[in-house]
Amino acid sequence: MSMLATTQLGVDSAWAVYATGALFIIAGAFGVVLQRNPVHCALGLVVTIFGITLEFIDEGANFLAAVQVIVYGGAIVILFLFVIMLLGVDRNAETGPRRLRLLAPFGVLVSLGGVIEILVLTRGHFWVSGYSSQTEALSGPGEDVQKLGQSIFTGYLLPFEMTSVLLVIAVVAAVVLVRRSDQPGPGAPRKAATQPRQPARLPGAPAAAAARPLATSARPSRGATSPSAPAAPAATGAPPRGQAPPRVASAGVPAGAPVPERPAGASQ
Amino acid sequence: MSISGPWYLVLAAVLFGIGAAGLLARRNILVMYMCIELMLNAVNLTFVTFSRLLNDAGGDDAVFFVLVVAAAEVVVGLGIIVAIYRRRTGVTADDVSSLKG
Amino acid sequence: MVNAAYAIVALPLIGFAINLVWGRRLAEPLAGWVGTLAAAGSFVAALVVWVTMLGRAPAERVSDLTAFSWFPVAGLHANIGLLVDPLSMTMALFVTGVSTVIHLYSIGYMHKDPGFDRFFVYLNLFLFSMVVLVLGDNFLFSFLGWEGVGFCSYGLVGFWFQRDVAAVAAKKAFVTNRVGDVGFMLAIFLMFAHFGSVNFSAVLGTLVHGHATGLLAGTPGAINGTTATAITLLLFLGAVGKSAQIPLYIWLPDAMEGPTPISALIHAATMVTAGVYLMARVAPMLHYAHATSWVIACVGVGSAFLAATIACGQDDIKKALAYSTISQLGYMFLGIGAGDYADGLFHMLTHAFFKALLFLAAGSVIHAMANRQNMKQMGGLTRYMPVTAVTFGIAWLAISGIPPFAGFWSKDAILTAAWGMNKALWAIGVFTAGLTAYYMSRQYALVFRGQARWREGQQFVVVHDEHAEGVGPGLPAPAHSGEEPKDATWTMTVPLIVLAVGAFFGGLINLPLHGWDFLSEFLHPLFPAAASVTVPTGTKWALFAITLAVCLTGLGLGLTTWRTAEHPRLEPNFLRRAWYFDDAVAATVSGPLRMAAGALAVVVDNELVDGLVNGVANVLGSTGQVARRAQNGYLRSYALGIAFGVIVLLAYLTFRTGA
Repeated sequence: MSMLATTQLGVDSAWAVYATGALFIIAGAFGVVLQRNPVHCALGLVVTIFGITLEFIDEGANFLAAVQVIVYGGAIVILFLFVIMLLGVDRNAETGPRRLRLLAPFGVLVSLGGVIEILVLTRGHFWVSGYSSQTEALSGPGEDVQKLGQSIFTGYLLPFEMTSVLLVIAVVAAVVLVRRSDQPGPGAPRKAATQPRQPARLPGAPAAAAARPLATSARPSRGATSPSAPAAPAATGAPPRGQAPPRVASAGVPAGAPVPERPAGASQ
Repeated sequence: MSISGPWYLVLAAVLFGIGAAGLLARRNILVMYMCIELMLNAVNLTFVTFSRLLNDAGGDDAVFFVLVVAAAEVVVGLGIIVAIYRRRTGVTADDVSSLKG
Repeated sequence: MVNAAYAIVALPLIGFAINLVWGRRLAEPLAGWVGTLAAAGSFVAALVVWVTMLGRAPAERVSDLTAFSWFPVAGLHANIGLLVDPLSMTMALFVTGVSTVIHLYSIGYMHKDPGFDRFFVYLNLFLFSMVVLVLGDNFLFSFLGWEGVGFCSYGLVGFWFQRDVAAVAAKKAFVTNRVGDVGFMLAIFLMFAHFGSVNFSAVLGTLVHGHATGLLAGTPGAINGTTATAITLLLFLGAVGKSAQIPLYIWLPDAMEGPTPISALIHAATMVTAGVYLMARVAPMLHYAHATSWVIACVGVGSAFLAATIACGQDDIKKALAYSTISQLGYMFLGIGAGDYADGLFHMLTHAFFKALLFLAAGSVIHAMANRQNMKQMGGLTRYMPVTAVTFGIAWLAISGIPPFAGFWSKDAILTAAWGMNKALWAIGVFTAGLTAYYMSRQYALVFRGQARWREGQQFVVVHDEHAEGVGPGLPAPAHSGEEPKDATWTMTVPLIVLAVGAFFGGLINLPLHGWDFLSEFLHPLFPAAASVTVPTGTKWALFAITLAVCLTGLGLGLTTWRTAEHPRLEPNFLRRAWYFDDAVAATVSGPLRMAAGALAVVVDNELVDGLVNGVANVLGSTGQVARRAQNGYLRSYALGIAFGVIVLLAYLTFRTGA
């Protein structure tokens, strides 16, 4: 952690970094909150994430900053964008019939009140009340990654394992949630076909997500996911406008790559 | 340390407030979700700051876990949103309101 | 062997328990035999105790047995205990004896009744309560028995409860008794307030080893006249309710809805005599309450006269006997009021014999007449039911006061005592005796002599069908004219014979000759302060002769007049309707009461109480309706709620630490 800036240049540069990060953060946040177009809101989120990353680096949490960029900026925001495109959110959603009209001003007031109360509670400087740690110190020799790794894999091993289980559950949940009802899953009872389409009979594949053979071209295929990416099951799908479904391969789709052929105008 | 902790903490608090306001004010479900992510980021910033102030690696560990869980949460949450709003045209949070007393 | 007194109380209770649990399985007639044996065992135990008592000196005959402490509350120590003394043993003897006989009779009478086992459950419970009443050694325990007999009377009068008339009659009996019970309870409160105890020994004095203490010894300092008058008057109110005197006699004629053995047992021999027993028990206190004695005597003679007049106009065989009971009870109270306690009890004894006999014979007649009770439709039954006719005849002569039957001695002894008290009372009493002879002769003539009116025509007007609508023994409904009446089975005729013997020889218990007055001698230690009847012997025999003449006149009148059954002018409406007393009570008391109850039901119950309860429910409901608007289903409003809660918490924290 290089917070010991002794020279004036160091001090100023530290302030400059902080200010830049703060600017990004605030600007991005306002962008998220105030923009009408959801895609613009997603971009604002990206800006905020960059700002946070700057602050992380400024505080010396380098590894976390890197992970932040990769996970948040590289995966989560992309997911948001995919869903925005999938669902075709229109920019008129905000101007439709308004119920709970008073909720927005009230919400702003409540949040404002919360922030003010926090600041008042701490009176600006009574932030820290705990004791400094002696054993899991962040200071001392070694990189922050090393410290982080030691701390996680010894002291917090169980939560770490549980998070890995959580990830598996999340993946399975995502697949189950977005599966359409006429796609038989493993062990699902045969449903009467309402349309003249032959349901693809799966050979009872254990992992529903892995290597699902897609149906013939009569059906638009959606929701086929692959768990190849550790944290980001890619949703490859066609927009629900009945256009000719692409023939997509179920495996090996690079994470985060949107299907390029579709006209971008179908989703906003 | 040139910039004291409270600066970062105030920044995080303000970010949290903006995220909360956005959550309450917007109706588009996806934008609401993004505001939740804002709040989570604010929390991350707070954790890292405290980790530095208290010289404890636990804060960084917390950020690590928050990141993982937030990712998983986004996955599942977006899956739910897709499942609910698949057949609708509008994606406002006010559309699903049948769970009422 | 005085401890056998416990058996007197315990055996009926055991019989009750056995019949209660296994009665249905025992079925008839075994359940009936269980009850009868319990009663018989109780009687044998009473005999044993009595013999033991006789073996002791007159001054040693009082024993106070305490079983256990009942409720020792602050200041009040009431025990479960039995007082064995001449008075209680006299009562116990004849109660258990007559009960045994009637239990036996009931086995035959209730034949084929679907409630056979229930009947004997009630009978045994009644006997237990009555024995507790007479043997208890404190007012509270006796009151327990008092209430018990009232309850059993309710259960037995309404035995065929599917009949509305019977159910109403049972309620009437119970409620009227209750009115009297208020007096009893108030008397107990007064006693406790004055004496600090409710034991007989404390309140009335004791007689142990020849030494009388307390009131028995005639110590005037123990109580003052006002308190004594109050207590005894209140107790007499209870006695009026229980023993059917004016004005609480209205329940007794309606209680004839119960089966005939009940009328014999409860409403002739035992329960109605509880009031007489009570007044005799408090004789020491009556010594200081002359006003009460006057009240007792006047009420007694008034009831006797009134009931006798009503009995002259009744067609129902059981109702006539009911009014006769009221009348004879009046005589007993006249004796008590006049201070001649022993003779009052003597009349109670003889009355038990002949009245029970009359009722049981009437039951046989009713059975033979296929459940009809209208005397105008009977007649000439002597030929067909000889045993019943003879026993009824003995009882008839006894009640009419014809020597040497029992009733003569007891009634005339009371009248002599009345002469000693007040000539007017004596005159009314004598006239009533004549009336008694008249109406009893009327009854005898209508039922057993004259033409066999039951043969005439097929249209029998059913006055009262005890076993109608499948309720009661499986005897067919009226118009059973093909079958000839005859004497009943042995279980029903043997009791008649036993009671007839008692009615014939009962007078020997207490002849007014010196040396032959066993009962008076037996009871004498308990009534030392009683004013002995100081009527010169010559006057006594003259009075006897006058009374006898009057009775014979009445008897002759009755027999001759009622050879035919139609004398409407002798049965005016006001006699038939019992001087319209019942109607008056209904108009003045029950009418307003019913209106008040109706008003209360509507105003208080419907509007107030229901309004309160429904109001609470409505408030909760409307609160819920208001509160449910918070659950509008909108995610964002929920989020606002959460955020708002957080704000409030933070505010609390902020201002708690003193921002």
